[in-house]
Amino acid sequence: MTPSDRVATGLLTRADGFVQLITPEGERRADPDLDRWVVDIDTEALRGLYRDMSVLRRIDSEGIALQRQGEVGLWPPLLGQEAAQVGSARALRSDDFVFGSYREHGVAWVRGIDPADVLRVWRGAASSGWNPYDYGMAVPQIIIGAQSLHATGWAMGAKWDGSDAAAVAYFGDGATSEGDVNEALVFAASFEAPVVFFCQNNGWAISEPVGLQSKQPLAQRGDGFGVPGIRVDGNDVLAVLAATRIALDRARRGGGPTFIEAVTYRMGPHTTADDPKRYRTDDELADWRARDPIARVGALLAASGLDLETLEREVEVEAARAAGALRASIATMADPEPMTVFDHVYAEPHSHLDRQREQYARYLAQFDDGASAQTEGGAR
Amino acid sequence: MTTLTLGAAINAGLRNSLANDDRVVLMGEDIGTLGGVFRITDGLKAEFGAHRVVDTPLSEAGIIGTAVGLAYRGYRPVVEIQFDGFIYPGFDQIVAQVAKLHRRSRGTVKMPITIRVPFGGGIGAAEHHSESPEAYFAHTAGLRVVSCSDAADAYVMIQQAIASDDPVLFFEPKRRYHVKGEVDDRASLADAKPMGIASVVTSGSDVTLVTYGALVQVARDAAIAAAEEGVSIEVIDLRSLSPLDLVTVADSVRRTGRLVIAHEAGQQLGLGAEVAASITERCFEYLEAAPVRVTGHDIPYPPAKLERHHVPDLDRMLDGVDRALGRPNSLSGVEA
Repeated sequence: MTPSDRVATGLLTRADGFVQLITPEGERRADPDLDRWVVDIDTEALRGLYRDMSVLRRIDSEGIALQRQGEVGLWPPLLGQEAAQVGSARALRSDDFVFGSYREHGVAWVRGIDPADVLRVWRGAASSGWNPYDYGMAVPQIIIGAQSLHATGWAMGAKWDGSDAAAVAYFGDGATSEGDVNEALVFAASFEAPVVFFCQNNGWAISEPVGLQSKQPLAQRGDGFGVPGIRVDGNDVLAVLAATRIALDRARRGGGPTFIEAVTYRMGPHTTADDPKRYRTDDELADWRARDPIARVGALLAASGLDLETLEREVEVEAARAAGALRASIATMADPEPMTVFDHVYAEPHSHLDRQREQYARYLAQFDDGASAQTEGGAR
Repeated sequence: MTTLTLGAAINAGLRNSLANDDRVVLMGEDIGTLGGVFRITDGLKAEFGAHRVVDTPLSEAGIIGTAVGLAYRGYRPVVEIQFDGFIYPGFDQIVAQVAKLHRRSRGTVKMPITIRVPFGGGIGAAEHHSESPEAYFAHTAGLRVVSCSDAADAYVMIQQAIASDDPVLFFEPKRRYHVKGEVDDRASLADAKPMGIASVVTSGSDVTLVTYGALVQVARDAAIAAAEEGVSIEVIDLRSLSPLDLVTVADSVRRTGRLVIAHEAGQQLGLGAEVAASITERCFEYLEAAPVRVTGHDIPYPPAKLERHHVPDLDRMLDGVDRALGRPNSLSGVEA
């Protein structure tokens, strides 16, 4: 029986709550189901994951700083969820397709999307920052859980096409209460769609604790739908990578969907508009700070004889460069031209909107800078 | 030319679309083996297979949401919502996802999804089976909304809707499903009247009577009855509710000077209000009287034994025409 077959028989978890390969103290744990899925992750590859997470953390903090300085309207920080996002996204192939929520800056980073293109949307400078087909990642989703159905539909199509590509839906613990996620589980199970439901249980849906969403561990949510679950330490990048590879392998071999609950914690606010001090304690925060996803990889690398200080200096340079590039991108992020408000609403001409467009162009043309009305689509 | 019922015409149109483009898939509840509760998809699963004509779980958000994912992958899903009143569980996916994803992705992701909805009353159905929810969707940017009224239009328009790169809400007048009409099944789709253009179905000179769906036939009958009293009604079938073909309506009103709009849906903030306002803006100096609305009441759809008091019939349309003409009518002497 292979590990992914074992998942198919039910929930993959452990007596202490979840599967884990690196303890918070940075000790490597053996696991009979997960180990063989990460045999290729040598010290060099582990350094790569450390670097990913560290640079990501810096990009994220830069996003907060830019919001505080008024350059960005809103930013949803991912501090604390670096392992869940990097570990899962590193398991994907380029022809797999990601349907994320609004917090997956880390997944976008791994997919090769410029952080400036992520920021662009939060600045309000564009409806979207990238072409989904260039990166195998859908545009961000604000409606909680809606993307789980999109991922399922994409996966149904992939299966009908004879492809072994898979879709991944990212959502949070709050989204599991939405109808869409539950309907996605029904569809995915019924059609054996090659989709991975990747739930980042970060403890809080804005101010509501996960206990308000579910009385059971979320990984069990799939049971009633016939979707097996894996409950993984979401702050353990190696275990997350292994769990996602297991789920993807099932999907590619026709085994159908898998529900992964990555148990992690949102260290910061829900968004920059939120004040988590109103609803959670310092003790809880301290408890989770001790389970930091980056520090434990550093400790493991140090224990293996690597000079951690040198690595930290290298990573610091790279992180500073990425953060600087993100900050510099603001300077070239021009406000969109006024007439672009009418663009792309329809793929084909729509007489009502075309008339409104013409009328507004005439209105703008009365002003000195009316020339700005002559933009993409403005002449249609 | 061949003679088909409106339902069979849609079936034939779906068959053509399935045969011509292997990215077209039909999805819905009971549409496969059963052929749909109205049999509109009858025989298509047997002909094209279970991966092209897909029986889905009973989940409207699920059907529409997975259609979004399929569209992301390049499919052209054609979704059947079993009854008008069942569309609401899928409302979020339609107005927040289907309508907006082309815009949200700056034109990179197409949503060529057709959502078929049997709508309207007059068949003695149970609650939630007779509604007219079209205004919700016509109000939503990014969606196209159309309604056919006869077999010929149904055959062409369903194929046009599926071929459109935009999402289309396709409202089918369910009480007309069994009415036969001539269908030109040899004509090229490229030569057909575009989906967004209204039809003048009866020419007239005194009043323009605008409607769509099942009420088009009622309006035709009203025009015949009015002619006996010497009143000439021009009946326009809107066909498209978003965009509205206001050019055709305005051309007519400039000749007749009077406008009546009829629909089964409730009056408040309905299509009638939009047509009245838009035509008043365009044709104010041509109007001899204020536009008149003949609509369903602003009530939940009533029980079957009362529906004839809700759905506008020939007499209520003629009463509306009398109001537009200033002839004695039900509101004579009533201050607004």
